[in-house]
Amino acid sequence: MSPISRRQFLAAGALAGTGLVLAFYVPHHGLHPVGEQIFTPNAYLHIAPDGKVTVVVARSEMGQGVRTALPMILAEELDADWTQIAIEQAGASTLFGDQTTGGSASVRTTWDPMRQAGAAAREMLVSAAAQQWNVPVTECSTEKGFVIHATSNRRTSYGDLVGHAAKLPVPKEPRLKAASAYTLIGKSTPRLDTPSKTNGSAEFGIDFRMPGMKYAFLARCPVIGGKVASFDDTEVRKVPGVTYVTKVGDSAVAVAADSVFAALQGRKALKVTWDDGPNKDLNTAAIFDVLRRTANDKSVALQTAGDVSTAKGRHIEAAYETPMLAHAPMEPENCFAHYLGTSCEVWAPTQVPQDVRDSVATAVGLKPEAVHVNVTLLGGGFGRRLEHDYAVEAALVSKAINAPVKVMWTRDDDMRFSTYRPPSVHHLSAMLDAQGWPIAFSHRLISPTISGQKGQPGDGGIDPDLKDEASFLYLIPNLSVEYVAPPCAVPLGWLRSVYAAQMAFANESFLDELAIAAGKDPLQYRLHLLAEDKEITYFDTKWRTDRLRGVLHLLAEKSNWEKPVAAGRHRGIAAFGCFGTYAAEVVEITMQGGDPHVERVVVAVDCGQVINPNILEQQLHSAVIFGLSAALRGQITVEHGQIQQSNFDTYPILRMNEVPAIETYFVESHEAPTGIGEPPVPPLAPALCNAIYAATKKRIRSLPILTG
Amino acid sequence: MSEITLRVNGSARKIDVPADTPLLWVLRDTLDLTGTKYGCGAGICGACTVHLDGEAARSCVTPVSVASGKAITTIEGLSQSGSHPLQQAWVAEDVPQCGYCQSGQIMQAAALLAKTPHPSEQEVIDAMTGNLCRCGTYHRIRLAIQRAVSTGGGGR
Repeated sequence: MSPISRRQFLAAGALAGTGLVLAFYVPHHGLHPVGEQIFTPNAYLHIAPDGKVTVVVARSEMGQGVRTALPMILAEELDADWTQIAIEQAGASTLFGDQTTGGSASVRTTWDPMRQAGAAAREMLVSAAAQQWNVPVTECSTEKGFVIHATSNRRTSYGDLVGHAAKLPVPKEPRLKAASAYTLIGKSTPRLDTPSKTNGSAEFGIDFRMPGMKYAFLARCPVIGGKVASFDDTEVRKVPGVTYVTKVGDSAVAVAADSVFAALQGRKALKVTWDDGPNKDLNTAAIFDVLRRTANDKSVALQTAGDVSTAKGRHIEAAYETPMLAHAPMEPENCFAHYLGTSCEVWAPTQVPQDVRDSVATAVGLKPEAVHVNVTLLGGGFGRRLEHDYAVEAALVSKAINAPVKVMWTRDDDMRFSTYRPPSVHHLSAMLDAQGWPIAFSHRLISPTISGQKGQPGDGGIDPDLKDEASFLYLIPNLSVEYVAPPCAVPLGWLRSVYAAQMAFANESFLDELAIAAGKDPLQYRLHLLAEDKEITYFDTKWRTDRLRGVLHLLAEKSNWEKPVAAGRHRGIAAFGCFGTYAAEVVEITMQGGDPHVERVVVAVDCGQVINPNILEQQLHSAVIFGLSAALRGQITVEHGQIQQSNFDTYPILRMNEVPAIETYFVESHEAPTGIGEPPVPPLAPALCNAIYAATKKRIRSLPILTG
Repeated sequence: MSEITLRVNGSARKIDVPADTPLLWVLRDTLDLTGTKYGCGAGICGACTVHLDGEAARSCVTPVSVASGKAITTIEGLSQSGSHPLQQAWVAEDVPQCGYCQSGQIMQAAALLAKTPHPSEQEVIDAMTGNLCRCGTYHRIRLAIQRAVSTGGGGR
């Protein structure tokens, strides 16, 4: 804990000094001026006199299980009774640091503060009990919400101690448990949110309502970057229930009504003349032409070893390409806003409550602290809800119509007016020595920068995402990984695993090409390049070859790689490290009528300490299916400046009849936990394409696989 | 606008909406039954699945006029307090991730088991393939259906 956080801990403790609760509980909207960026982990916990423990979750629940995993971390150190745990969702606050839910970061960035918050509270409760019993603290223990003095056979509940404990000083360096003492962390534990998600009571953004609330849909220019020239709402106003038609910014017109259906009918009746702008002739081919044309432009180095230009040997090269993709979360974009003149209330399914607060404030002319952002459940995120466009729309519409409003998007809106995974082109080349081992390896990534397009500062031309998503972990004496950022008119966004899926597709497919050229087994080829124990520092992450090797050994064992694959089946393997986690997969296929049919996927990961194996298994299944949907059919295309996909018929995602058998394994580890939402996505496409090569001797260098 | 009487979850509900309003929006906006979700608006994702006289139906493409006169069951009416064998099985298998599609998944599965108490694996896949899950919970959905079947949940 930093000195500042300790001070805040004390302040929060004093706040609770009302005697009712041992509380570091602070209302959502924060007590500190925006911009102070105080990190106060202890706002995470609230214990009531009845013993109920409330853990404040300051990340967004979008399916990845943070509303269970994060409380588990705190409850472990607190020795709380897990059956007494409740959660409270934090809105945008200044108490939790950056609340962005992304980058597979929720567990890895809250692991320390959540443990410290639980451990500090536990020590205070123990001190309170010891003082009441007049016994040394060292004779007291804790278990499931009780402090116990075994020698005198006394026990008292946390609830009974909160008044006393809240008056005690907060320990500055609370002692954390040894991993061997864990009773909750590492154990498969049912999710706390499951019952509400099986009876219709779970409240997503789309479900939030308020009396008098209007519903609004926006008409947007079908051509990327186009604007409203004029609009005619004569017919709209004849639709019963329509109450307002208003221009929003310079590129959309909102129709608000008393009901969703009236708003939809109203939008249908709206006539807008669009100024298509500069992109009316844009198409997919032109987008990729720019990437190919700029391939040899000035690059920035991401990772370098030796000198690839001097290496001599057998030269192999190939180019790979990946398409744009859409997130398509099951819950389309929506947001509630109520502009009240001097403040604005927002209820949003968002991955970025603080960005929503700040961008809404700017849009409607309020100070950030006057914008109160509450976070609902998210019906999927996958990066789409790292954008705050739909929240800004809601605030602008509410201000324009002077009423509470829910802005909703249809599925068609979601597909056509979203942000998209950037397209990419990859130039790879290698030199093999006489034995077929690579002595030089080059990868030039040509892909527009997401952050750059959004005007966020890069670091010497490096898209900041690449620091988590482009590490190369094989030991090759001469290595060059470079990045070229061409321009792109299509709005770009962060999609689950972001550049990592693209880097892995190129690297791991090309490595398979090299292994085949060398006449070697692709697993043994990789293991050979990881044979030496080495630490590789790539920006902020220290990677270890032994950990990737360990994952590959686990994968080999569980997939029976050393034995021939079953008759009629073909298999491929791939591995990648991103967001601090090592992941490797084997994909087994059969060929049916010329198309691959995925029969079995075996996944192995090393993500450090696993918090909840139940949720880990969910995430691994989810990533495999997400990766498979993208690899088989995922692509967003552009014609006449317009996105061509509009629903799940033109942008298909995997259905139950195509789901393979999936087996999941993890390396038992007490290393600090790392990401899991994204890292198992990248190996899927290359492992699958490597299996297809094994089956057909056809190398797939451009995704998606099925284009017919 | 026209006055329509709906039978929803065993109760008669009088509503006054245009006859072509999709049942989905009547359930959600007019009757406050928000467990049924909007996903695609075209009957291709299954998030809006309800029962009409016991048959699974996509409420986003069902005009309310078509539903009038039929017994409508939503996730809220599938059981008292989540006690339907499928809901219990869903909890036991910890199926949901984001959870958004799960009302539709459960209603689709319930319609299947009501007709086919002991479905084959293929019958389960055939019945459930119209219901999308972007989180990829399909494996656990199958386990939960198997569990409900084996605990005698079928045929209820």
